[in-house]
Amino acid sequence: MRQADELRSRIGLTGQYAAVDEYLTGRENLEMVGRLYHLPKKQARRRADELLERFDLVDAASRLVKTYSGGMRRRLDLSASLVFSPPVLFLDEPTTGLDPRSRLAMWDIIGELVSGGTTLLLTTQYLDEADRLADRIAVVDAGCVIAEGTSGELKARVGGERLEITVAQGEGLEDAARVLERYTHGDGGVRVDAERGYLVATVAGGAGLLAAVVRDLDTAGVRVDELGLHRPTLDDVFLTLTGHAAEPDATEDEGLLDEKEIA
Amino acid sequence: MSTASNVEARRRGKLYWALADGFVLAKRNLVQIPRIPELLVFATIQPVMFVLLFRYVFGGAIDVGGDSYVNYLMAGIFVQTVAFEAVATGVGLAEDLQKGLVDRFRSLPMARSAVLTRRTIADLVRNLFVVLVMLLVGLLVGFRPEAGLAGWAAAIGLLLLLSFSFSWIGATIALLMRSTEAVQSAGFIWLFPLTFASSAFVQTDNMPGWLEAFADLLLDRPVGSHGWRALAWCVGILVVYIPLSVSLYRRVAAR
Repeated sequence: MRQADELRSRIGLTGQYAAVDEYLTGRENLEMVGRLYHLPKKQARRRADELLERFDLVDAASRLVKTYSGGMRRRLDLSASLVFSPPVLFLDEPTTGLDPRSRLAMWDIIGELVSGGTTLLLTTQYLDEADRLADRIAVVDAGCVIAEGTSGELKARVGGERLEITVAQGEGLEDAARVLERYTHGDGGVRVDAERGYLVATVAGGAGLLAAVVRDLDTAGVRVDELGLHRPTLDDVFLTLTGHAAEPDATEDEGLLDEKEIA
Repeated sequence: MSTASNVEARRRGKLYWALADGFVLAKRNLVQIPRIPELLVFATIQPVMFVLLFRYVFGGAIDVGGDSYVNYLMAGIFVQTVAFEAVATGVGLAEDLQKGLVDRFRSLPMARSAVLTRRTIADLVRNLFVVLVMLLVGLLVGFRPEAGLAGWAAAIGLLLLLSFSFSWIGATIALLMRSTEAVQSAGFIWLFPLTFASSAFVQTDNMPGWLEAFADLLLDRPVGSHGWRALAWCVGILVVYIPLSVSLYRRVAAR
């Protein structure tokens, strides 16, 4: 590749494993990266301090990284790829192995970066993460992109909302199915799980439809335990597209947070 | 959030950055030495053990003519030690390559060669320390050099140059082998015959010049052309192995 260094000074990369030096302190790690971006010494130090502050690592700044927790390492690793404020950032599974709180913190940071104008490409196995963070999503299965689009577009491929009903004591299952039949959308029909007293159908019409269904069920004398209208999740999308569940090794879902400059 | 406008990189020549980046990394390597003291301790114990073994176990059985065996031995031991340290360079580099840290380096606009320069420079500093410790031990067990200041400077200078050149050979081996275990054994295979089948520990009539030069310098004998030949060897090794290992590293890093 020509102009490889030119490219390298515009991107940041955070891999799956924290690429930081265990036997250096947090500040030393960041200063080193700054120096390798060819910042003068003073600037590298100032930038390191800014990042430590921003990523809540000030207290740990002078401790060796080997004493850091997993979440702290991730934050340090991410801040290392931000030393030069790259316009394009690549994150490979940034929240894998993090506890829920660290994950939320990481999501906040990622959200801030994107609203600050950074274009971000991140891969993740957690489809809820892609749903929450990504403007555009590419679904990768066995190394191939099998679908691409916004979260809404992908969900639309699965169909509209799902209406789920659980009838009380498994009674009136057939009546409920007949009611539900009137509201189905597309060619999915009503699926019935007699054992659990559970029915599900793909519908279109939103909350207004919900009220109508409740009235009809009441008229038909069906007693309902649970009734819910759900938008399909990306998990449903993945299952529909691939015909199998997300496998940790073979599949990867790629979220692409797209800024206008790379439309 | 700070923008690219107030974080400005300096622009300089390629060679400048190759060295500067190497020094930035080497400095970090050196900072780590007191944090993992066992590494330096063991790097020092082995050569000291060799000095004592040869001095007391084999010393009595080996006749090197007029000079005392300790005086004869020390030059060889110095050379052997810095040569063996080439393996440490290789193992260290192989470890670097397996860590995620190198991925970070690959994403930075730094000189590719710096990952290699870091090791060789840091090992040079470490070797200087090891050599000084050995010298001390040598003096304790009867080493009596008669060199003047200039002779000492020349001997240590040549020794460090040799150490630096051998480090690059170690780096090349690491880039060819990749796994630390393979580097460990492959690193020693060529060094054992090279150091033991030489005049380092016993006298041979056709002593290789580069080795005799150390003995000569340390014992204040006329150096003759050996010193220059040793220098030429070192420079030759550097000229071949630096570009070779850098191009190998580019290939490894381009995966």
